[in-house]
Amino acid sequence: MKILIVGGGMGGTILANNLARRLTTELRSGKVRMTMLTASDRHMYQPGLLYLAIGRMTPEELYRDQASLLEPGIDLHVDPAEEFRLDKNEVKTKSGKVHGYDVLAIATGARPTPEEIPGLAENSEQFYTEETAVRMFKRLQAFQGGKIVVAMGVPHKCPMAPLEIIFMMHDYFRDRGILDKVKLHYTYPIGRVHTLENVAKWAAPEMDRLGITYETMFNVKEVDGAKKVVRSEEGSETDYDLLVSIPAHRGMEVIEKNNLGQRGWIPTHRHTLNMEGRSNVFVLGDTTNLPISKAGSTAHFEAEVIGENIAALVRLGAPVREYDGKVFCFIEAGKDRATYAMFDYQNPPQPRAPTRAVHWFKVAYNKLYWASARGLL
Amino acid sequence: MANRKTIDARGSFCPGPLMELIAGMKMIAIGDEIEILSSDKGSANEIPEWLRKAKHEHLGTEEKDGVWHVLARKTH
Ligand SMILES: Cc1cc2nc3c(=O)[nH]c(=O)nc-3n(C[C@H](O)[C@H](O)[C@H](O)COP(=O)(O)OP(=O)(O)OC[C@H]3O[C@@H](n4cnc5c(N)ncnc54)[C@H](O)[C@@H]3O)c2cc1C
Repeated sequence: MKILIVGGGMGGTILANNLARRLTTELRSGKVRMTMLTASDRHMYQPGLLYLAIGRMTPEELYRDQASLLEPGIDLHVDPAEEFRLDKNEVKTKSGKVHGYDVLAIATGARPTPEEIPGLAENSEQFYTEETAVRMFKRLQAFQGGKIVVAMGVPHKCPMAPLEIIFMMHDYFRDRGILDKVKLHYTYPIGRVHTLENVAKWAAPEMDRLGITYETMFNVKEVDGAKKVVRSEEGSETDYDLLVSIPAHRGMEVIEKNNLGQRGWIPTHRHTLNMEGRSNVFVLGDTTNLPISKAGSTAHFEAEVIGENIAALVRLGAPVREYDGKVFCFIEAGKDRATYAMFDYQNPPQPRAPTRAVHWFKVAYNKLYWASARGLL
Repeated sequence: MANRKTIDARGSFCPGPLMELIAGMKMIAIGDEIEILSSDKGSANEIPEWLRKAKHEHLGTEEKDGVWHVLARKTH
């Protein structure tokens, strides 16, 4: 049986290692072969970008060699997929190689697309790539006072990031002793400050307490860099001295080009995680069209379900488990306090007031991630 | 007749049905419709408010077996 995993990020790596552990015997005997195609020889811990943008992590801390994270028996090719020939059970790569498969898993992730909003890419700072996060940190460092506006597009990876960045900037400027010269203004697309009602109930009074102003029902339509104004779809506008944006995302171009899903979101069955209509294709992580958070924990929980099911396909000929929509997200509430939200399709989250203990757990997880990706946690 | 896209946002707490609708609006053409499914009454109630504010059309909301079906038309 040939297993092909496309994408070596959080979802792909956790899935490959999970399978390698479950199928050690079959991999050794040659009954099963596992191949991973990915676009980079380095693996980035993306949640670290938030800390990079605020000067609390450095770029090299975000990376490990992809090969070093994989269990033995996984045949890694840094050679991105270009053509998905699902009817023939084949994927063709950039180098021209064709990989056949019996089971395919797609975990190619998502990309920020600031260029879709007029003026946004040129006039805002972002932290969703290494380059933009470093640039944002330099802008924050040079900032001596004025109005900072946070604005976002939908959908975006890590729905907690907008709140985290505003609270972290607050503490950053307080530590620099210039908070009285900085006005922080937060905008959000729906009628409260966060999509999770309980988080919004805690975050709005927290913003009031810290002097952070906010405007809800604000979906960015355009940015006028000359006038330094952001305008919303809803007809309002706000001026800024420094604009921090969380751009809307799309799935990868290769997904769109191969017509696997509109805007790169692959139609995925919410419980089996099969690509709709394809029982030998699984989809996980940010590239699914599922109505759940685009977060590392989502990719992780999905990888565990798919790992168990592919192993069951090898051994029993049928899948054994369903995904229940589980997501777990930390929420940084400043530089030294955090809370978390855990939920699934049936059970809404009940986040508690932020504590120092949860913050230190997240800081620890920033290191433990590498063990988690290897399948050791 | 206008094309209609269905978004199944049942069991969605984060990002939630309204965020799914806002994202879905980018996938359809002006004049086309979206039917959004929500298992949560509160979120089904927020959608018309946003549609009004963003000047899209709310074509109706219907409850069937604990699932709210909200129908919207993209107007600009
Ligand atoms: C600033 C920021 C903060 C975040 N904070 C958190 C957090 O606190 N908690 C949390 O849970 N999540 C967080 N996330 C989200 C998390 O990083 C992603 O949800 C997670 O990485 C998704 O995993 P994935 O496997 O779907 O995609 P990715 O991890 O992005 O991996 C995609 C992989 O596909 C590869 N690839 C791309 N194109 C091709 C191709 N054509 N062929 C083959 N391979 C290809 C890439 O090289 C990459 O290896 C954050 C993200 C960001 C950007």
